[in-house]
Amino acid sequence: MKPILTITKRELTGYFASPVAFVFIVIFLMLSGFFTFMVAGFFERGQASLEAFFSWHPWLYLFLVPAVGMRMWSEERRLGTLELLLTMPVTPWQAIVGKFLAAWTVLALALGLTFPVWITVNYLGNPDNGIILAGYLGSFLMGGAYLSITAMTSAMTRNQVVAFIVSVVISLFLILAGYPPVTNLLVHWALPWVVEAIAAFSVMTHFESIQKGVLDSRDILYFLSVIVFSLFTTGVIVRTHRAG
Amino acid sequence: MIQVRNLRKTFGPKVAVGGVSFKVEKGEVLGFLGPNGAGKSTTMRMITGFIPPTDGEAVIGGFNIVEQPIEAKRLMGYLPENAPSYADMTVNGFLSFTAELRGLSGSAQRKAVDRAVEMCFLENVLHQSVETLSKGYRHRTCFAQSIIHDPEVLILDEPTDGLDPNQKHEVRTLIRKMGQTKAIIFSTHILEEVEAVCSRAIIIDRGVIVANGTPAELKARSPQAGAITLRLGVEPKAGIKAVVAKLEGLNQVDHVSILGSAPVELRVFARKNVSPADLAGLLSETAMKEQWALQELHAEEGRLDEVFRNITLPDTKSAGKENK
Repeated sequence: MKPILTITKRELTGYFASPVAFVFIVIFLMLSGFFTFMVAGFFERGQASLEAFFSWHPWLYLFLVPAVGMRMWSEERRLGTLELLLTMPVTPWQAIVGKFLAAWTVLALALGLTFPVWITVNYLGNPDNGIILAGYLGSFLMGGAYLSITAMTSAMTRNQVVAFIVSVVISLFLILAGYPPVTNLLVHWALPWVVEAIAAFSVMTHFESIQKGVLDSRDILYFLSVIVFSLFTTGVIVRTHRAG
Repeated sequence: MIQVRNLRKTFGPKVAVGGVSFKVEKGEVLGFLGPNGAGKSTTMRMITGFIPPTDGEAVIGGFNIVEQPIEAKRLMGYLPENAPSYADMTVNGFLSFTAELRGLSGSAQRKAVDRAVEMCFLENVLHQSVETLSKGYRHRTCFAQSIIHDPEVLILDEPTDGLDPNQKHEVRTLIRKMGQTKAIIFSTHILEEVEAVCSRAIIIDRGVIVANGTPAELKARSPQAGAITLRLGVEPKAGIKAVVAKLEGLNQVDHVSILGSAPVELRVFARKNVSPADLAGLLSETAMKEQWALQELHAEEGRLDEVFRNITLPDTKSAGKENK
């Protein structure tokens, strides 16, 4: 447990010593404000809910989360510090979890800094704060799922750009598999249960149900299993192709 | 402390290390020599647990690096090739981080960092970020990292690479000093370093050990080891040829080669079973008798670079052919 925290601490200093964390947080806040108020029409809706705010998160994360996570392992590989890290008395697990937690903390911080939206909606009306909390939880879990996918692609290459693109593509697939325009199209081609099975793999399906305030254990389990699976694969990649 | 048994590593069809075995005890400094690409770094990476061996095992202080990696790694300090470190951290931050990973905290951590900083002369750059440092300082920062927990086993991959002559000297002195109480393996391709620092040296070529012994033993494998070099201040009247003929006439002498004629310098090779001391005595007697103006007489120890080339060169040549 101790080595995990040590690594998390170091990674966090790394994020804040370079502009990565600041740029991410500022851009995330700006874009989420823009989409909530300008595109999704938060005020025009006349609803005391944060649906307009959350509904853009899958798309925002699609580009921003890989940008945060792409350096996670590829940078270690490029600098050669992977050799240093893996010859310390630390298991690859501790390193993987430590690094993941650090990046997730940056996401959590960015998400936490959107609190003015929550204050606004409470000032203007009487929203169901339970639903909003569920929305935050869902968004946080979804960010974690994207991040774990980025960790995996980042472990495969020493090139951050490659890591970024591959994780965007994988994340995009996870969105589109359950994105209504796509599923509506798929219905004409495949049996309904096939479409449903594919949609079950999508972050969209699960994020939307959490966002509606339905805290189904299956949705939470979905995000957690994406995280566990991706981090497990990261472990396999890190261990099998250490020297590369 | 370090026991390596039949360590092998293959990358696909390519054999990087083909069965290497050796032992290093406490108080020993083992020099790891070999041409580039001979498998030095790969061997060290297997010993430190960075890459798993294809076959064989490495045991550090009783812990197998594959089966009990954490325990084995605790005993070890490692300086990887090219001395990597986190560019975005300060020297102090980096060393504190590695100390913390080594399980040191609080005042013990502070003390360990101070000690390593002092040993590696890093006081001036303590609060500078690693990316702003010169190569020598970066190298020493990573070196400091490897000794931060005062390990019993030190694995150093080219510890003096990229340092200036003064820094090289410092690092060698440091290694020699630490070698009295630790088991150290270090790789280099600077041969004088081996003579200056090692208690034993291994020459590895294309993945196999081709020589293993003390620097003196290795030097003795040089063709000129044991030969006696003579220098005469004035060329005798009879001429240099006569001197050679006289010397070659001696029973104990195999042959004589002329190194220079003004002043006269000759190298005398003994026959088998004649010790250099006996030959030297005989030569000085002869010189007295013949009234040569003997200026210098010394026994050759042999040269490590010659041994190194003799052992590894034929292989490098044939390797070149194979590639074509």
